[in-house]
Amino acid sequence: MIQVEGLTKDYGLRRAIDHLTFHAEKGEILGFLGPNGAGKTTTMRILCGYMPPTSGMVKVAGFDIVDQSLEVRRRVGYMPETVPLYPDMSVFEYLKFMADLRHLPNVEERVDEVLETVHMADRAESLVSSLSKGMRQRIGLAQAIVHKPEVLILDEPTIGLDPAQIVDVRNMIREIGKERTILLSTHILSEAQQICDRVLIINKGHIAAEDTPERLQARLTGSGRIYLKIKGDDDGLETALKKIPGIVNIFPQGDGAYEVGMVAGQDLRPEIARVVVKGGFDLLEIHPMGVSLEEIFMQLTRDEPQPPTISDEGIIEEPELD
Amino acid sequence: MRNIWTIAIREYKAYFSSLTAYLFAFIMLLVVGVFTTLSIISSLNYFGQVPPPDVQVVIYPVAFLLVFACPAFSMRLLSEEQRSGTIELLLTAPVRDVEVVIGKWLGSFLLVLTLIAITLIYPVALNMMTSPGIDQGLMISGYLGLILISAVFLSVGVAVSSLFSNQIATFVVSLGIVILIWWILGVFGQVGGGNPVISFLDLSSHFYNDLTQGVISLRGVVYALCLTAGFLTLGTVSVETRRWR
Repeated sequence: MIQVEGLTKDYGLRRAIDHLTFHAEKGEILGFLGPNGAGKTTTMRILCGYMPPTSGMVKVAGFDIVDQSLEVRRRVGYMPETVPLYPDMSVFEYLKFMADLRHLPNVEERVDEVLETVHMADRAESLVSSLSKGMRQRIGLAQAIVHKPEVLILDEPTIGLDPAQIVDVRNMIREIGKERTILLSTHILSEAQQICDRVLIINKGHIAAEDTPERLQARLTGSGRIYLKIKGDDDGLETALKKIPGIVNIFPQGDGAYEVGMVAGQDLRPEIARVVVKGGFDLLEIHPMGVSLEEIFMQLTRDEPQPPTISDEGIIEEPELD
Repeated sequence: MRNIWTIAIREYKAYFSSLTAYLFAFIMLLVVGVFTTLSIISSLNYFGQVPPPDVQVVIYPVAFLLVFACPAFSMRLLSEEQRSGTIELLLTAPVRDVEVVIGKWLGSFLLVLTLIAITLIYPVALNMMTSPGIDQGLMISGYLGLILISAVFLSVGVAVSSLFSNQIATFVVSLGIVILIWWILGVFGQVGGGNPVISFLDLSSHFYNDLTQGVISLRGVVYALCLTAGFLTLGTVSVETRRWR
C-alpha cells in the first residue's frame, strides 16, 4: 500500500531524509519513532503529497507521489502534528468544507458519521476556536478519515493530550486501523507498542531499526539491567553481588536501591535474589529495568554513517566499515 | 471548478465572521454617500446653470476606495493560511494549486462585488432625483470598469499573499503594486507627450478615458482580464514553487 524506495529530501544544503526505504501493507499500522528533527514529519508530508521528494520513489496505493499526486491525495487522509483549523468555522462547517473538497456524495450524512466516530457529535455547532486541544485533535482525525481513505497518515496524533484523551484517540486509531493502512509517528514507545504492528526508528534521516515493537523492546531490554531494592542496612551487598559471574557493574541509587548491569542475554535475577537472601538482606524489589525510547535511540543511533540491520534472530548487525 | 467554488464560498463567508467586511462596507457607503450628497447639494445651488450630477460622482470615489480596499481584503487570503498552517491541509486535499488560488481570489471578488452592488443605491437615488434621470449606458460601463479594476487589484493581492505569511507585508506590497499600475504608470504615460506603450499599460487611463465615459473598449477590457489572469498565474506558480522550497 505504501512503497518508499531511496527517498531523499534536501532543504537547501541540509539533508532532512537520506535514502529511506520501507513499505507498509494493507491493514498494517506502521509506527514512525524518532527524536525531533529525525525526518518523520518530512517523510509524512511527502507521502501525503504536500511536498515532492528531492529524489527517490514513493508509491501510495499504487500511484506515484510526483506524477499522480492528485490520485494519491484522493486516497490519503493526513493529520498534521498541530492540527490547523479555520477558527471562524463551526466544527460541522469545517468538516463539510473538507468533505466538499473531496467531492463526497451525501456530505452532511458522512460528516455526522465521522463526528460520531470521533465522539464529537454534540459539538457539531461549536466554533473551532472554542475547542480544547484534545477536541481539535479529534477534529483533525475526523477530517483525515471523512473520505474513508485507504491510507491514513497521522503525525503525533496524541501529542499534547491528557491521559484520558490519549487512551481515547489510541482506541479510535486501532479501530480505524482494522480496515486501513496507517502510518503514525510518535515519541512514545509504549504508544507504538500498543497500537503498531511494526515500528521504524528513524534518526537523522536514516532508518535506525525496523521491527515489531515487542521484538524491538525485548532485544533492547535484553542488554541486561536489573533494578534491585532492599530494606534497611545494605553494607556488604555490593561486594557480594560483584562475586556473581556475569554481573558487569553496580550503581547504588541510594536508599537501598541498586541498578545492576549484566552481560547481554543472561537473566541473573535468581542468582541475585539468592545472594541477597543468603546475605541476610531484606529483599523488597527485583525486576528488569525498562528501556526508554531515549535509551533505544542512544543504543541505535550513535552517529552511524549507515543504519544497522536486524537479523531474523533480532540481533542488530552493525554495517561493515569500508 | 467545483473546488474553486467550494473555496470561494468559504472565503466569502469568512469575511462576514469578522468585522472587516462590515467595516469596509460602512466606510465605502459613508464616503460615497458624502460625495454624492455634496455633489447634489452643490448642483442645487446652481440650479439650471450646471447640468445635474451624473453617475461619475459615485464611481470615482468607489474606484479611489478600491485601490486601498482590495489589498486589504486580499492580504489575508494565502498569508493567513501560511501563518496558521491551514495551507497544509488545503494542499494535501485533492485540489490543484490553481484551484486554490482562483478560489481564494473569487471569494474576495464576490465580497467586492457585493460591496459594489450596495453602492448601486446611489445611482438609483440620483436617477430618481434628476430629470430625465442618469445616463444608464454610462452607469453600466462605469460599473463594469469598477468590476474589472477590482478583479485586477484582488489578483495582485492574491499573488502577493502567496509570498508572505505576514498580512501587513502582503498589504504594503500589494498596495505598492496597485498604486504603480493605477497611478504611477499614468504619470509616466503623460510625461513628455505620452509614451504610447506606457499609456496602454496604465490601467487608469482605460478606466477614466473609456469606461467611465461610456466607452467599453475591447482593448481595455482584454487588458484588465489579461492582468488578472497574469497575476493569478503568478500566484499559482508561487504556490507550486512553495512546495519545492
